[in-house]
Amino acid sequence: MTEAYIYDAVRSPRGKGRKDGSLHEVTSAALSAKILNAVKERNGLDGHAVEDVIWGNVTQVGEQGGCLARTAVLASDLDESIPGLAINRFCASGMEAVNIAANQIKGGAGMGYIAGGVEMMGRVPMGSDGAAIAVDPSLAMKTYFVPQGISADIIATQYGFTREEADALAVQSQNRAEAAWKDNRFAKSIVPITDQNGLTILDRDEYMRPGTTVEALGNLKASFKDMGESMPGFDKVALMKYPHLEKINHIHHAGNSSGIVDGAAAVLIGNKEFGEKWGLKPRARIRATAKIGTDPTIMLTGPVPVTQKILADNGMTINDIDLFEVNEAFAAVVMRFMQAFDVDENKVNVNGGAIAMGHPLGATGAMIIGTVLDELERTGKGVGLATLCIASGMGAATIIERV
Amino acid sequence: MTDFHYSVDADGVATITWDLPNKSMNVLSMEGIKEFDACIDKALGDDAVKGIIVTSGKDTFAGGMDLNIIARMKEEAGDEPAKGLFEGLMSMHAILRKLERAGMDPKTNKGGKPVACAMPGTGLGIGLEIPLACHRIFVADNPKAKIGLPEIKVGIFPGMGGTTRVSRLLGAMAAAPILLEGKLMDPKKAKSSGIVHEVVEPSELLAKAKDWVLNAKDADIVKPWDAKGWKMPGGAPYHPAGFMTFVGASAMVHGNTQGVYPAAKALLSAVYEGAMVPFDTAIKIEARWFTNVLMNPSSSNMIRSLFINKEALEKGANRPAVDDQTVKKVGVLGAGMMGAGIAYVSANAGIEVVLIDQKQEAADKGKSYSETILDKGISRKKVTPEKKEEVLGRILATTDLDALKGCDLIIEAVFEDIGVKAEMTKKVEAIVDENCIFASNTSTLPISELAKASVRPDQFIGIHFFSPVDKMLLVEIIKGKQTGDVAVAKALDYVRQIRKTPIVVNDARFFYANRCIIPYINEGVRMAAEGVDLPLIENAAKLLGFPLGPLQLIDETSIDLGVKIAKATKAAMGDDYPDEAVDEVVFWMFDQGRLGKKAGAGFYDYDEKGKRGLLWKGFTDEFPAADAQPDLDEVQHRLMMAQVLEAVRALEDGVLTDIREGDVGAILGWGFAPWSGGPFAWLDIIGAAKAVEICDNLTATHGPRFKTPELLRDLAKSGETFYGRFGTGKDSKAA
Repeated sequence: MTEAYIYDAVRSPRGKGRKDGSLHEVTSAALSAKILNAVKERNGLDGHAVEDVIWGNVTQVGEQGGCLARTAVLASDLDESIPGLAINRFCASGMEAVNIAANQIKGGAGMGYIAGGVEMMGRVPMGSDGAAIAVDPSLAMKTYFVPQGISADIIATQYGFTREEADALAVQSQNRAEAAWKDNRFAKSIVPITDQNGLTILDRDEYMRPGTTVEALGNLKASFKDMGESMPGFDKVALMKYPHLEKINHIHHAGNSSGIVDGAAAVLIGNKEFGEKWGLKPRARIRATAKIGTDPTIMLTGPVPVTQKILADNGMTINDIDLFEVNEAFAAVVMRFMQAFDVDENKVNVNGGAIAMGHPLGATGAMIIGTVLDELERTGKGVGLATLCIASGMGAATIIERV
Repeated sequence: MTDFHYSVDADGVATITWDLPNKSMNVLSMEGIKEFDACIDKALGDDAVKGIIVTSGKDTFAGGMDLNIIARMKEEAGDEPAKGLFEGLMSMHAILRKLERAGMDPKTNKGGKPVACAMPGTGLGIGLEIPLACHRIFVADNPKAKIGLPEIKVGIFPGMGGTTRVSRLLGAMAAAPILLEGKLMDPKKAKSSGIVHEVVEPSELLAKAKDWVLNAKDADIVKPWDAKGWKMPGGAPYHPAGFMTFVGASAMVHGNTQGVYPAAKALLSAVYEGAMVPFDTAIKIEARWFTNVLMNPSSSNMIRSLFINKEALEKGANRPAVDDQTVKKVGVLGAGMMGAGIAYVSANAGIEVVLIDQKQEAADKGKSYSETILDKGISRKKVTPEKKEEVLGRILATTDLDALKGCDLIIEAVFEDIGVKAEMTKKVEAIVDENCIFASNTSTLPISELAKASVRPDQFIGIHFFSPVDKMLLVEIIKGKQTGDVAVAKALDYVRQIRKTPIVVNDARFFYANRCIIPYINEGVRMAAEGVDLPLIENAAKLLGFPLGPLQLIDETSIDLGVKIAKATKAAMGDDYPDEAVDEVVFWMFDQGRLGKKAGAGFYDYDEKGKRGLLWKGFTDEFPAADAQPDLDEVQHRLMMAQVLEAVRALEDGVLTDIREGDVGAILGWGFAPWSGGPFAWLDIIGAAKAVEICDNLTATHGPRFKTPELLRDLAKSGETFYGRFGTGKDSKAA
């Protein structure tokens, strides 16, 4: 079968997703275009080089609506003959874009793709696109809908994770991210964002809080306690689905959950001939992809079954993986992953994750594929697995292998 | 016409007066609907008529709809009851919509005839839905009038436009208490809520309405939702504010109903789906959901048990045909918690009470219980100080048995000891008149045994109250072997006086309610002993619609009472005693001093104020959690069948003689899954065949206490239902 290779992976720095965030002045289309242009320029492609741009994005309204992928292509230096496909698998959108592109190539539909995604969370607020599963009473009750934070707290309760453990993981994420930046480990991927005059707007992740301590985090109020226990009382719904639990232990807060940020990322994927045509050396092959649906109430446990599935489907075991990127949506998601597979924490999110640097929803999936690739190369290791939990109860995973 | 009357005055105002003959309150019937429709047509079609007043000939507007309409719509549709209901509902909507649009041009909203509703008082259910379709609602200033949509309380929802109109009028958030809780308001509160427009002097009601009708402009009679640019108050579902409201509402309804009440879910869906479409489409959506609820056996069972049969029992469905036995003076023996409560409810119902205890201090303390309740009522403005004095004035607290002279009913509530009770019976019977009825409030001792102490066993009966007496709605009347009709009638008339709901059962261990409650508690305790996760036991019960899980229930009723009952039962049953496994836990808890809520420690922990906290962690030290946990279904089947099978056995044994009493008694007595309509109604929902299958499985796994009763097996074989075989006439069919 045709192999799909990664030839390049880039990302923007992550800006705080707030009115005073550095990327707040940049439009979604502009940031997307800058990332697409970076892929084109870094690899010496011409405007026709790829078959399509597959662009993940979660909140597809306003400036992120109207098929942002197509708008981004037209905003970029790519030729108008490249169409653009906007996709949404919530937090794994960027990964799903990569996986779809890889599988298109493996199936012979085109030689090369740019796949990735964008999310300007400060400009287009999360949830502003509505969601029938949360609002429509018939659906909300059928699915025992609770917000993600409650789901993360259900995981903590169900699997016995304490607030202290979650805070320790958060501190570790901050420390690792700080060390990675100091060591320039993201240099290969980061595309500084500049304005129309070439002036730099942002060139490093600005959400991080180096020096965060467990003590400091201990003072933060659990974010989902009130909505869980009093108004409107989501815990009651959670206990209906998980009746063996007596009470939800609310351990998550702003400091041990992923940050709200702006950002974009892209991966250049092609078959062997694509690399030969453009004189590019493949960095890794996309060995396997997988996605799965899980219980929508606990919602965020997807990384475990999707990893089981991707390993089983490809005749692999957890020991075949050298490095893991498990998106730090909430601390408990990562803790559950490590607990389920009993993996060494020194193999997981070794350069920090979304708790420290932020989680630009539609971009993160592509971003962490690049992160694991950079780290495999830096450490001379072979196989990496990236996975994310996904809203409404889904999971996605990608296994890459250096060549 | 009989229900609605039509007249036009000299100023061209047509008045449609609703006035059912020979009834104190208007209720909408099938015939009434047709008459109302004809009146509307007449008024709209008559050029001389300038406007319309809809009013009532009573001092109230209307009490609601005759629930038989629904049954008739279903029946008349034959094989397609849903179609019959939906079409029937839509035709009623069309009538109200015709009134609301009042002949105006659909495009310009001009040229319609103003319609005022003049409500002399109470308007409930359809009695508010008709006014809501008018253009302006005037209510007479009568603080006793109740205005609202209580449908949700009997398992349906306002399905004659009330849901759509109120949610569009007030927004989803403000409509929630009215629609989802069935909150009733007096006229002033109804006005401040925005449901009605004007509260006026009763004498000026019609004049004010007429004045408005004659002066209303085109714009005054266009409903907000029919005007251009209408937006849902508080935000439609995908408006940022509306988004939060709807997300929260779903979670609250889901959590509070534990997913077992279909009406609240359907109501919310109707509001949500309706909010995003034009009014006429929203009405169609409301009708589809209302049909869906009416087709759900839960709603018809709730209507049957909580409305039709409850009322039938209160009106004396099983009362022997003897003369009126209204109680004038009741003697209450024992001024403990039960006696004090009985004294209060009796005095409050206007009955003279003699409250007896051995010491004056104890008798006075019993009387002061009434004072406490009445003071609470005063602080909530439900009771006046005069009323308090009146009620307290009816209670004589004394140690003097001679004061019982002249009592026509004695209720004995002394210590649960057969000897003590026998002595009291003898002493008191020697003092009271010959025709006085003697009742025991025992919850555990056989009435026929107690009656042996009586010289007039035909006048001896059990009147079993539930605790707390002033709050619990059920009274269980127990016939001993020799109890006569007059005693039964006396008990029933008394229960009617104190406005509670009676069931009449025959004498057997624990009568009916406790016979079912005890196995429910025991099954929960048994599972705790087996190592089933305690929260799973409690949550499984709540997910069945029980207000209290079995472990919370035993905490409330107290562990020591459990021990006492267990010991007595064991002594009575000897080797047949089946509950050793339960006793192991209960006796151990007793030894640990964890006696339940009153001790501040039981299966649950309690804080200093007695507020229940979490389940006691120490329990699992003695009875560790099992590695393999049962699934939710199995836990629920055990909890359900433990009590339901007792109800079936009570019917087989002749303790129950009327399944209506079994169902109503279960809901009111111990909160048995009200959504189901009661244990027999629940069995009819799942079907006897399925019930047999569950019992056979449980018997195989958990032993003979789940042995399928022959009656159930028989029904499964013949494909019958309990109401099909044992229901009487009308109530054999679902409402």
